[in-house]
Amino acid sequence: MARVVVDVMLKPEILDPQGQAVANALPRLGVTDVTSVRIGRRIEIEFEGAPDLDRAREIADKLLANPVIEDFTIHVHEDAAAEVA
Amino acid sequence: MRIGVVTFPGSLDDGDAARAARIAGADVVRLWHGDPDLHGVDAVVLPGGFSYGDALRCGAIARFAPAMDSIVDAARGGLPVLGICNGFQILCEAHLLPGALTRNQHLHFRNRDQFLRVESTDTAWTNSFTAGQEILIPVKNGEGCYVADQRTLDQLEAEGRVVARYIRGNPNGSQRDIAAITNEAGNVVGIMPHPEHAVEALTGPSLDGLGFFTSVLRALAGSSAGANAGGHQ
Repeated sequence: MARVVVDVMLKPEILDPQGQAVANALPRLGVTDVTSVRIGRRIEIEFEGAPDLDRAREIADKLLANPVIEDFTIHVHEDAAAEVA
Repeated sequence: MRIGVVTFPGSLDDGDAARAARIAGADVVRLWHGDPDLHGVDAVVLPGGFSYGDALRCGAIARFAPAMDSIVDAARGGLPVLGICNGFQILCEAHLLPGALTRNQHLHFRNRDQFLRVESTDTAWTNSFTAGQEILIPVKNGEGCYVADQRTLDQLEAEGRVVARYIRGNPNGSQRDIAAITNEAGNVVGIMPHPEHAVEALTGPSLDGLGFFTSVLRALAGSSAGANAGGHQ
């Protein structure tokens, strides 16, 4: 299995109203020591052959993330790497 | 004059946009997202709705539609393009306009009649208005909060590219109350509220929306007469 994981997050300076809504709900669970919640998106891409980080980076840059408001990181899925090893 | 209205899977307001263009006096050509041929239209409207179900981000997938490749090229060459709501989101995703539209700050879908102040009348789509004119058209969006970095916002302001601002209340948290912007050339305009829903007394809160469609006809008539009516200073 050749799986690349792309994590997309709103840039730190972009307001995340969803994350704020979650943070505001936490005291109702009795959680009072959380200062910030930010919500992002995890995307798993499977390639036919070996995981291609460069291709994945290109896909992330062109489509999966909007560089105006979002940052992304990519890595090969660890379980998949273990299977390969 | 022939105005093309693009239909994507999930477009909702293509019918109203076509109707508004027709009421303004244009010949309307319905364009299909999968067809790269623009059929010789003189201007294009990208309508509101939820293209591709807003999958990933609003407008992110529509941007790669075959029709969009042609529209991006033509817009760079001066073709007037108006993106309304989802169309505005598509224009930002296609990098024809700067910034992005994000989730409304209060997280609620907002639909109501909204007052705007038209601030730039130099664009192909707003030359029928007077600078500072207050208009009333419907707004309806869940992801209409306009964001851009401070430098971009300052540049838009300095170059007179904020086309319209929300007044008497900002419905979505947009930075600097921005409701509509234009590109450097003034031929591409993105607007979050819906001028196409304010063209008839029976169904709209005003007839103010018609001005966007009569403006482009005027710009096109001017440019065909040799003047650069679509230009923006």
